Amino acid sequence: MLKKNRLIELILLLAAAVSVISVLLITVFIFKEGFSIIKEYGLFNFILGTKWAPLSGKFGILPMIIGSVYVTLGAIVIGVPIGIATAIFLGELVNEKVARLIRPFVELLAGIPSVVYGFYGLVVIVPLIRKMFGGSGFSVLASSIILGIMILPTIINISEVSIRSVPKEYKEGSLALGANHWQTIKGVILPAARSGIIASIILGMGRAIGETMAVIMVAGNSPKIPTGIFDQVRTLTGNIAIEMGYASGKHAQALFATGIVLFVIIMILNTIANVIARRVGEER
Amino acid sequence: MINKNKVVQGIVFTIIGIFTLITIAILLAILFHIVVNGIQGIKLSFIIEYPEDMGKSGGIFPVIVGTIYITILAVVIAAPVGVLAAIYLTEYAKKGKVLSLIRFGTETLAGIPSIIYGLFGFAFFVIALGFRWSILSGALTLSIMILPTIIRTSEEAIKTVPMSFREGSLALGATKWQTIAKVVIPPAMPGILTGVILGVGRAIGETAAVLLTAGSSLNLPTSIFSPARTMAVHLYILSSEGLSKINSYATATLLIVIVLIINTCANMIIRRYNKILGH
Repeated sequence: MLKKNRLIELILLLAAAVSVISVLLITVFIFKEGFSIIKEYGLFNFILGTKWAPLSGKFGILPMIIGSVYVTLGAIVIGVPIGIATAIFLGELVNEKVARLIRPFVELLAGIPSVVYGFYGLVVIVPLIRKMFGGSGFSVLASSIILGIMILPTIINISEVSIRSVPKEYKEGSLALGANHWQTIKGVILPAARSGIIASIILGMGRAIGETMAVIMVAGNSPKIPTGIFDQVRTLTGNIAIEMGYASGKHAQALFATGIVLFVIIMILNTIANVIARRVGEER
Repeated sequence: MINKNKVVQGIVFTIIGIFTLITIAILLAILFHIVVNGIQGIKLSFIIEYPEDMGKSGGIFPVIVGTIYITILAVVIAAPVGVLAAIYLTEYAKKGKVLSLIRFGTETLAGIPSIIYGLFGFAFFVIALGFRWSILSGALTLSIMILPTIIRTSEEAIKTVPMSFREGSLALGATKWQTIAKVVIPPAMPGILTGVILGVGRAIGETAAVLLTAGSSLNLPTSIFSPARTMAVHLYILSSEGLSKINSYATATLLIVIVLIINTCANMIIRRYNKILGH
């Protein structure tokens, strides 16, 4: 009987270990496939090179790094104010009954597949930009708008939770001192919920930088450093997705190496978000 | 003075309200635009007929079959692993290095972008294990992607089962495993099911990872080693290559309807379940 219990525990442990093993495998395989080209081409040439012409052996991914940064910042500019405002609305301004009516909309926003966002961008946002500002419409702006929408659920959900978890006494104390509701939100609740809100923004950045399909459908994908918000842009994810289908040899390795850069950026962002989130947990 | 503060508060709250309306309006605008344009393209023939001319005309039957195969296989692989992992994390693991390592693994998996999953699935399942572009490669890749969702939701569900249930069962002489299998899991089942349904939703909508691991063949898949195209991949190819607007809208509409159904199911289960547990 005891033996059987041991066996069960071992099986369960194995199942739990699958996620750790998967992370290891993913890391090993991405690095194994991509590392040799970085070594051969030189890390600095690779991440600071401005020319991406894989067929003539040029593997500089700086345009894609800058492209990813631009569209991510754009997404933050668009998504953060709307997201935090919605979080304040749900967490502070309305009662639970109203919040419960609105939350399914946010959940649905999170549930829509990214390719559908990309499709919407392609048939609505891109033509709109083309009509209003000229050019092709495929642009940093179009990517930022779509990504800004896509990160809303992440920002709203995590910010709302952290706003709600501010102890009631803080609010009551502030109101008792004569501050009105907005002064209390601005002076007491938001500062107390700060870490959670920051974590939500960083996770939103991670989501924006990692997003692939929606971006490649609206970005135009030319591998040059964009000089304005109406320029075409190619992101790190786009670089991989667009060329992986036909790449081989060093070209394919360079795409895996692009994956390494993306992977490292995402790991750094997620670690920061987790550290902040954990600190919130310890403060409470 | 008091009036000025009141005015400021009024303005700020109005802005916050408008921003919230924008969030809702964006969702409605997307749903409305796609469904209105897509509904005319969804006929029985669209669902049961084969595509013609790379999908320019005709239906999407093989694509629907491919989507179902890949999704079901991914969930069949991920659900048992995820639920067993959740049982380990909630019922067996003691605080310490092993637990935090597993937590780290799950958190990391949840944060990895889908294109990285695609690269990995391509290097590992497609090439190294020799599964090629196939339903199997796609499903295995997706199963790792949806694992964190299933583990987390199952964990939450198992945690809400009251301690007294376990104590009662153990006091009656049941073993730990008997207690878990017969006393803890049944009441947690709706929550676990919710996690699985959310996993299905994520698998159906995934594009980048599937494109790199299952390919984009329009042929009807005959086994798990056949390449296949899912609806999400089909929508991407149709629209980015400008093959057919009507069929793009119709496919997007089908995807949205499926996501709507999945979300509604998950919500209904959660709500009923919360009622039973008296939350």
